[in-house]
Parts: sequence; C-alpha cells; structure tokens
Amino acid sequence: MGACVAWGLARRGLRVCVLDEGDIALRASRANFALIWVQGKGIGFPAYAAWTKAAAEAWPRLAAELRSETGINVGLDQPGGFTLCLSDRELQANVDLMVRLHSQTDAVIYPYEVMDHRQTKARLPAIGPDVSGSIYCPLDGHVNSLRLFRALHAAMKARSVDYRADHAVTAIEPRAGGFALNGAWGTVRAPKVVLAAGLGNARLAPMVGLEALMKPSRGQIIVTEKATPFLRYPVVTVRQTDEGGVMIGDSEEADGSSLRIDHSISSVMADRAIRMFPLLGDLNVVRTWSAFRVMTPDGSPIYEQSETCPGAYVAMAHSGVTLAPQHAFSLADYIATGTIPKEVAVFSTRRFRVPASV
Amino acid sequence: MTEGMVRRGHGIADLADEYDVIVVGAGPAGLSAATMLARFKARTLLVDENQTPGGQIYRAITLAQSADRRRLGEDYWRGRGIAEDFLNSEAEYAPATTAWSIQSVQDDAERIVGQEVGLSSTGMARLIRAKQVVLATGALERPFPIPGWTLPGVMTAGAAQIALKTSGLVPSGKVVIAGTGPLLYLLAAQLIEAGARVSTVLDTTPRENWLRAFRHAPGFLVSPYLAKGLKLLRTVQRRTRVIRWVSELAAEGEGGLREVVWRAGGCEHRLPADLLLLHQGVVPNVNFSNAAGCAHEWDEAQLTFRPQIDEWYGSSVAGLSLAGDGAGIRGAEAAAIQGRIAGLGCASRLGLVAPAERDRLAVPLRRSLARAMRGRRFLDELYRPGKEFRVPQDPDTIVCRCEEISAGQIRTSVSAGAGGPNQMKVFLRCGMGPCQGRLCGLTVTELIADERSKHPCEIGFYRLRFPIKPLRLRELAALPQTQTAKVAVLADLADTHHSADWNERKPQ
Amino acid sequence: MFRRLSDRASGEVTFTFDGLPVRASAGDSVAAALLAAGVRACRTTPVSGAPRGPYCMMGVCFECLVRIDGMDNRQGCLVPVQEGMRVETQHGARALTTEPAQ
Repeated sequence: MGACVAWGLARRGLRVCVLDEGDIALRASRANFALIWVQGKGIGFPAYAAWTKAAAEAWPRLAAELRSETGINVGLDQPGGFTLCLSDRELQANVDLMVRLHSQTDAVIYPYEVMDHRQTKARLPAIGPDVSGSIYCPLDGHVNSLRLFRALHAAMKARSVDYRADHAVTAIEPRAGGFALNGAWGTVRAPKVVLAAGLGNARLAPMVGLEALMKPSRGQIIVTEKATPFLRYPVVTVRQTDEGGVMIGDSEEADGSSLRIDHSISSVMADRAIRMFPLLGDLNVVRTWSAFRVMTPDGSPIYEQSETCPGAYVAMAHSGVTLAPQHAFSLADYIATGTIPKEVAVFSTRRFRVPASV
Repeated sequence: MTEGMVRRGHGIADLADEYDVIVVGAGPAGLSAATMLARFKARTLLVDENQTPGGQIYRAITLAQSADRRRLGEDYWRGRGIAEDFLNSEAEYAPATTAWSIQSVQDDAERIVGQEVGLSSTGMARLIRAKQVVLATGALERPFPIPGWTLPGVMTAGAAQIALKTSGLVPSGKVVIAGTGPLLYLLAAQLIEAGARVSTVLDTTPRENWLRAFRHAPGFLVSPYLAKGLKLLRTVQRRTRVIRWVSELAAEGEGGLREVVWRAGGCEHRLPADLLLLHQGVVPNVNFSNAAGCAHEWDEAQLTFRPQIDEWYGSSVAGLSLAGDGAGIRGAEAAAIQGRIAGLGCASRLGLVAPAERDRLAVPLRRSLARAMRGRRFLDELYRPGKEFRVPQDPDTIVCRCEEISAGQIRTSVSAGAGGPNQMKVFLRCGMGPCQGRLCGLTVTELIADERSKHPCEIGFYRLRFPIKPLRLRELAALPQTQTAKVAVLADLADTHHSADWNERKPQ
Repeated sequence: MFRRLSDRASGEVTFTFDGLPVRASAGDSVAAALLAAGVRACRTTPVSGAPRGPYCMMGVCFECLVRIDGMDNRQGCLVPVQEGMRVETQHGARALTTEPAQ
C-alpha cells in the first residue's frame, strides 16, 4: 500500500519520502495471498465491488508500467479464478452470495459461471471427487507478490523516492503548513502525510485527527516445496506460484493477540486442499506462518483526509495486491491534487457513522 | 557388534501424548540430558533424526566395529559409553524421527504451562506435549561460499567424516581438503590413517590469527587440545602437502568438480581434483531455537548467532532449555557435561530434585566443564575464518544454494531497499528453499552488514518458520482439528470479510 | 570418488539407481551408497537445472534429494538403503501429475 502510493505520487512529480520500519515488522505485504480477486466482494457496498473490478481491469497497465520502469516482470496472470466447494451446501452458499451481490441496488455486474463437478474438472483436471462444484469468475487472477514488492521498491528508487528503512514513526505533529514526523532517528517535515502503516495506523491516525477503524483478523498460510505446474487457474484458497510452490491459505480468526501458528488450522487447510487436489498430499510443506490483516470493520478500504489537519490522509485495505493499481493511480492522484473523486470519497469513515442502508 | 546396544526405539504411533521432558537430538548433550532426567524418574522421550544414537560427532557409535575404533580414535570411542548409559536408562527413544515444531502451551491466564512438540516419522506426524523441552540440536558446518561450491564433487569435510563413520567410506581419486579449524586436520589425519590419498591440504587460516590467538595461549598450553593438535598436525604434514596462507579459493568444472584453484605466495595455482572437502569450523544449528522464539545474540569470538542461556541452560522461553553446541560451540566433551547440567535444571523445575541438591550435584560438573573448555578461546581466535571466505567478494559466487542467489544480487538488493535478511527473503527468495537458510543465513547477515557498514548484530538473522524440517501436507492434514479451527477456515466461505453489519457489532 | 574399506563386516543389499543395479552395505544411507557407487550428481535444481550432489550428509543441506520408490524429493542421506529400493535422479521440481497413483 505505502509503496504503491509513494510510487504513484512520485510519478506525478512529487518529492516523496517513505518512512518504514526495520527488518522485522508486522507487514501485511509479507502475508498476502497474491490474488487479484473480484468475485464475492462488495456485499452491502457496491462501490467496493466497482473499485475492485476497476482494479482488476487496471492491473495490466500497472504491470506494464512497472516492467518498463524496472525491468521486473511481476508475473501477472488473469486467467480467471475459481472458488471450489466441497459440499452442495458450500456451493449453494457461494451461489447465493453471488446472486445477492448482483441483485443489490447499484450492483456492479460482471460475468461468472457456476459449474458442477464435471464442468469444473474439465478446467481443473486435478480436482478430487469431493469437489461438488465451483464458481468461476473470468476477472480473477494473481501475481508473484514477492516480485511485485521488489518491483515497487525498484520503481520508487527509479523515481527518486527517498526510502528510509529502520525509521519507525513515534509521533506526528501538525505544524503550520505541514507536519513533523518524529522517531528515534530524528525528524522529517512535509506538507502532506499519508498513513499507510497498516496496523500501525491505529496508533498514528489519532495524532492527525483521523480514526483508523480496525478489527482483529489473523490469517494463516501454508507453503509447499516447488512442484511442476498442475494448476492453470488460481483458486481462492489454493494457488501455485510461477516458481512452482503451492500456497494454501485464507483462514480467518478474530484474533489480534498472537501470531502463534495454530497447527489445528493448518490441518483443516491442508485437509481441504488435499480434498480439492489429492495429488498435493505428498508435497513437502516448507513453511507455515500467520499474519494480521489490515481489516476494517466492514472489510472495505478506508481512504480519508483529516478534517482537522488537512494534508493528512489515512489509507488502509486488506486487499493490497488486488487494489494496487487503484492505490498507485487513483488514490495517488487524489492525494497529489487534494480533490476527492466520487469513487474514492465513498471510502471515508463517514459510512460507519450513518445507519447501514442494506 | 554388541547385541545389547541395539535397543529397538519407539515408533511414533507408540509414543505417549505427554511426557515430563522431550529431548531433541541424540548427540552427547541430548543423550546426557536424557540419561540424567531418567535417573530422576522424569518421564523422558529422546527424539532424533538418525537411525542410531550419537549425533554427528559420535555418529553410528553403537554400530562401530573395532576397525572403526582404530581409525577414528579414543575420542570417538568415548561416545560409546555415553550412548550405552542412555540406552540402559528408562528414557524412551524415538530414532528416525524429526522434530519440526515447538510451541508453548498456555493456560487461560496466558502462563506457559508446557511445550507442544511436532514430530514426524514414517509418514506420520504427531503433536506431543512435555512440561520441559531440551533442544540439543548441535552444530552444522559454517557456510563456505566460494565460487563453484555447489558443484557435485564439492562436499563438507564433515560429510566425508560421516561417510567414514557410517559406511566405512574413504575418498579415492584426487582429493583436496581446504579451509581452517581444528576439525580440518583431524579429518585429514583420519582419512590418511584410513588409507585415503589426500593430494593437498589448503589452509585458509589468516596469518593475523596467530597474533590474536597468542593472547589466549596460556589457556591453550594447559588444555588437552594442545597435545592432540600437535600430533594431528605432525601426521598430516608428514603424509601430505600442506599449503598455508591460501586465498581466492575456487572450485571449477562443468557439471562437476574438475579443478581446485587458489592463490598462495603471490601466484595462482591449479590442481585437478575429483573431490574437494571444505571446512571452516562449525556454528550452532539455531533453526529450531530461532523458530521457537528464543532470544539470540551475536557471538563475536565465534562469528555467529547463538541462543541466550542461563546457568542451567534455560533459554528465554520458559520450559525450553538448550544444551551442547546448539547453544554455542564448546565441543563434544563440554556438550555431554552441559547436557547433564541442563538435565539437572529440568529435573529441578519438575520438582524432582531440590535446588540445594541440584546445586551440589552441579559443582563437579561445572568444574569439569571449565576444564573441558580450557583452550577454547585460543582455538576460536586461531581458527576464526577469514572475511573473504565468509563474505564472498566475487559477485557471482552463489550464497543461497537452494534458490541460487549470488553475492552480487544480495549486495545490489541492499541498496534497492532490502536492509535486512527478512526483507532480503522478500526481494530475492534467498533462504526460502528447503534448507531454510541453514547454508546461507550467516553469509546473508554478514554480506548485508558489510554492504551497510554495520555490525552483524545490528542486522539480525532470518526469522524462521515451522516446520523447520519438511513434512508432507498429508501429515499436516491428519493432525487433530478443533471446531474453532474449522470455523476459522470455513467462515471464509460464509464471506464474513464483506458483511456490512458494523453497526450491529459496534459496542454500545 | 569414494571407496569402501574392507575391514568392516556388513551385509550386502542391492538397489537400483536410474534402473541400474547398485550394490551397497546394509546400514548405508542412500546418499552414502551412491557416493560409494561413484555417483557425484543425484539431482538437478528446480531453479536453473544445475546438477547437484550430496554436500553435508547430515540432513541440513537438501542437496542429496532423490526419488525413492516413486516418491520425489527424499533426503538421500537420511533414508537407509533397502534391498530392491528404486532410487532415481531427482529432475528439478517435484513432479505432479494430474492422475495421482492411488
């Protein structure tokens, strides 16, 4: 998130400084699943569905620009993606969700297909007999998130962004004409400040009259050794990276206290992955880890300028990869110009203060 | 072969769900700790990856024959008594079993009440609880990143020693041994005694080490290392060519080693070789203690990270002790004593021995330990590997063998924003292969430190993740599944991410 | 590159490496048996396809990976060789076929 916005601002000619933490930090960017995912998002908030769909459509442009600026291929692949279901009940729940999404007021309409076992097997030959069906959405895809991270750093560097690691911010003071950001390392002054510190926003936002509403959300991921390609399409809980490793994940617990690995959760995820793709059973697991998501109360992003300290912005979303083009292009434009386009203004925290409309 | 020494170990399915103590590693430290604990009637399980006890230093000791005793010497043979004592004890033994995870178990008040250890053997994984855990995971050879060190035909000296101990194999053809450290000459002598023809020993010990080591000479002069060391040196020098002050060491060949190249005396030398054995000391194998969250510190004398320990070898994590070379390199003799002291510490925490009695029993042990460690500082200083062999100067030298990442790529990534080993993983995938950083971790830390003109202790180490040894997805899937875990995974399908019911959840 | 000393008593087992019969001593690890048989490289890497062979012999380097009885990526230095065992070169990444052997 921070790297996208910083690069986007530098693209518009602003002088940008990024203050980052050290080698070990609660970086959500390290823990993402690298999906570019549209299906299923935006219940009760069609604007989020629109924002997400636009992000998926803008991804080829982002990948191309990063490649031309840095030479790094981020491995963008948007063949469409699957949600695999292991029972008729699961399939029905997912179908109901898609129907609700497409029938809500101001719904954003996009194509998707509901497939039975046989239809799914035609696209994903490796599925096992327990797969009762699936939902396929042609807009979905994935990237190589490690290369995306590296490309963003290289792109920031190419645009002369002043990136400073080991620069945790302890205090922000609004000053006439700008802000002073302080840490053990000293002080940096700037007329504008963007808080893209993920979980750290909860602490920083109140310093500039903003509120970073978050709820605890912990996710766990399993990664296997490299294997020969077996999966043409990303599945919402299983994907094969372009290097060959298989990632299994997307558990969610309302736990904000501990990053301890819960082997019981790993077991459920591994079990489901093997039922989806029996050939995965003998793969060696090389890593499991858990991370906190940057989860807002309704799961949709928050972008907002401070009313009491204009020039201070907060930006947070748990779909940092999917929304990367929106953050690099639209959000950066908004922050650079100070004008809030309609499609961004809906993501302010004002939505939590009015009664829910759905 | 003594029949009594081959006691059948426990299969993973036969193990209890809970023990008083689980000891990981059947080297001198682990064996001694388990024996000590069994003596205090602690219900003890010793888990080890190998088929028979002994660790690497006493590898295959229970199977050793008289020819092996002759060849490998009395220091090796001493391990037999340690293994015998263990096998005669009441401790349970799970050989050919890997320990892949360890996490604290907390009660409702978030107090640590024990540890849960993940084990795997013969395709089955289990989570077993223990009130105390002793990690005795020993040492591994320090990475030796020279150009061509990934070529088939280049191995560690320790690997050749293991092949000798376990299978009676000796190198044949054109053999070169290169590096520094006391084990280098021990191995060369053992191989020569066993009938191997070693063409050349290339000694990479930097000249200036002799000066530094001299300060610690008094300790060394009264240590048992001195006589042994001189004898080894004499054997090696009499039977093969030793070349000192070697620099710019490299292995060359297409698809396999063909030549060893180095500089000495101001010019380049080349020697055809079938086998190059590398060694520049051993370092603690910290993967387990790191992943378990134990605090570590940089050991400047040994140029490595080691876990912090207290006087009973307790780590910073309650209920988790670390003994032997895994807690800092002190050698096999010291490791066995440390194991006993750690065992006393655990027994006392379990309430099986009163503190006063524990302290009394530890007195002679600590005295022997001090004796066993005499001369260690001299060896550390003398055999401190030179910087060029720890921090590759040639940008093309592979650092991460698994992901094939070079020193040059790591240096370039530092300036691109990867200021630490964990950021480096994200940038380059280094350390993310199956060896999980064991063969590149120290090199990456020192390279980054070098590039940033900082001290390695400011750079830190990889943060390692479970499983620290691979286990199959099928094994993971067969572990017990709680209802909470099922909800954590399946709730996603119910789409709780995207509900708009914030108002309902908001505290009134 | 390695030869076996003749002064140790041990039973003999026969296994195959890439289809060819190899004799080994009972108690050998697969990696030691391959070294004794003159095999230097036992796999190619998934990243560049470069050949690799046993390096540490103590289970930490993962260079001696081989396919054993149809199972990919086994650590040769940790698996005791057995009579009739089928050992093969590990070519690159673990092979996943869409029709798994049941």
